[in-house]
Amino acid sequence: MSPLLPLPRALGALFAVSVALVLQASVFSHLAVRGVVPDLVLLVVVAAALAYGSELGLVLGFGAGLLLDLAPPADHYAGRWALALLVVGYVAGRLAAPGRARVTQWLPVVAASSFVGTSIFALTGLLLSDPGVGVGELLRVEVVTLVWDIAMGLVVVPLTLGLFAKVEPDRVAA
Amino acid sequence: MTDLLTRPAARRTSRRPVVEDRLNRRGSLEPREPGRPRRSLVVALVLACVTLMTLDHVNDGAAVDPLRRLVGEVYGPVESGVSGVVGPVVAVPHWLRSKHDLASDIDRLQDENDQLHSELAASDYERNRLQEYDDLTATAESIGQALVPARVIGIGPAQSFSRTVTIDAGARAGLAPDMTVVNGQGLVGRVLRVTSTTATVLLVVDADSTVGGRVGRSMKVGFLHGRGDLGDTARLDLELVDQTYVPAKGETVVTWGSQDGAPYVSGVPVGRVDSVFSSPRETTQRAVIDPFVDFSALDMVGVVVPSGTQSDRGLIEVDGGLR
Repeated sequence: MSPLLPLPRALGALFAVSVALVLQASVFSHLAVRGVVPDLVLLVVVAAALAYGSELGLVLGFGAGLLLDLAPPADHYAGRWALALLVVGYVAGRLAAPGRARVTQWLPVVAASSFVGTSIFALTGLLLSDPGVGVGELLRVEVVTLVWDIAMGLVVVPLTLGLFAKVEPDRVAA
Repeated sequence: MTDLLTRPAARRTSRRPVVEDRLNRRGSLEPREPGRPRRSLVVALVLACVTLMTLDHVNDGAAVDPLRRLVGEVYGPVESGVSGVVGPVVAVPHWLRSKHDLASDIDRLQDENDQLHSELAASDYERNRLQEYDDLTATAESIGQALVPARVIGIGPAQSFSRTVTIDAGARAGLAPDMTVVNGQGLVGRVLRVTSTTATVLLVVDADSTVGGRVGRSMKVGFLHGRGDLGDTARLDLELVDQTYVPAKGETVVTWGSQDGAPYVSGVPVGRVDSVFSSPRETTQRAVIDPFVDFSALDMVGVVVPSGTQSDRGLIEVDGGLR
């Protein structure tokens, strides 16, 4: 049984998640549409799950979500993004088509993942009544997020897949 | 023989992960698909998430705060650096839009314009920042408190539904949790937690934020709640304790202040009364407040600190001087 996270893959994933996290907090906040920024971290998790399957997606989703929960300026209950991205990683891994993926195959996966991720985050928020926000606001934000994520997914997912192919050139992608 | 061994097909099979078989409930063998997680792993990670949420829920998140601080120490400086590079670039389109009519100019002037574009984009940004420093100095004088100047380096996304920002001053600049954050226009929020170089600020427009407010003219007190909106539509709700009093439109609301100035010092302007509602069902008056601060364009802020605090940067003292 090969290890789930060999060192180059782990470093590549940490690098991709960190870059996505910083861009999301410091750069895309200037480009936000009604305060909504693209979920770059979610897109990186989706790309990793597409490349390596649902087990790695699950673990990376948990780790990346945890970072998103703890890095400033986050203030919601820690563990909410971790739970959302964990499910996203698993679902994206299960939905991934075997073999070398084409855009028409992975773009629906990105859309579904974005919807699932933001929904789970919003639902845990409603359950814990973390921020006092209504359902109408949730839906409005979710639609904008979906559009952002699909648009940015076209860039982020190929970049991340390329990064993984570069750190482990001997491993044929999925 | 050697030819066979080096064939790519043979190599690929040897590298494929060994499929682990396991017994299912009926006692028959079930092969595990490669790349599919074990059920125990899924359960463990989901439980970890739930545990974290619970830990953060009880005791106001005291158990998770060290973790937050650790991650903040690593990512805070990176966010700060990236924000410093991005700031001047972001100022460029803003400038271009305001001078859009120049685009129709003739070719001879166009070359000259291009040069001016680049120069002015930077100088506009610098001039704005100087203006913000001036405003902060005036604020320090008017509220009679020493301020630590800081810049906003990260803004929480709307999909998190909490209105928080990161600023580039932390414990080394003399900051601590529950300090008041202001800017040249008025009250911004309060410090939630600090790392050595950054701090997280809860904006007053956050839906969870509550500030004690006082209507300026009548000294009547009440509580200001955020609505979670940013931008031009950002409003605060003021619930007055005295239900017989109806504040007039345009009256100024300032903070009421708490003991020892934590989390809010008194007398900081918050906003102006926009409209007033009263419902017999809820027994209080509710006034809608238009905040002075433009929360969608926050840049320079000041954190209220005790006078004479040790800081790694210039401190704006009560008399408006820098120390």
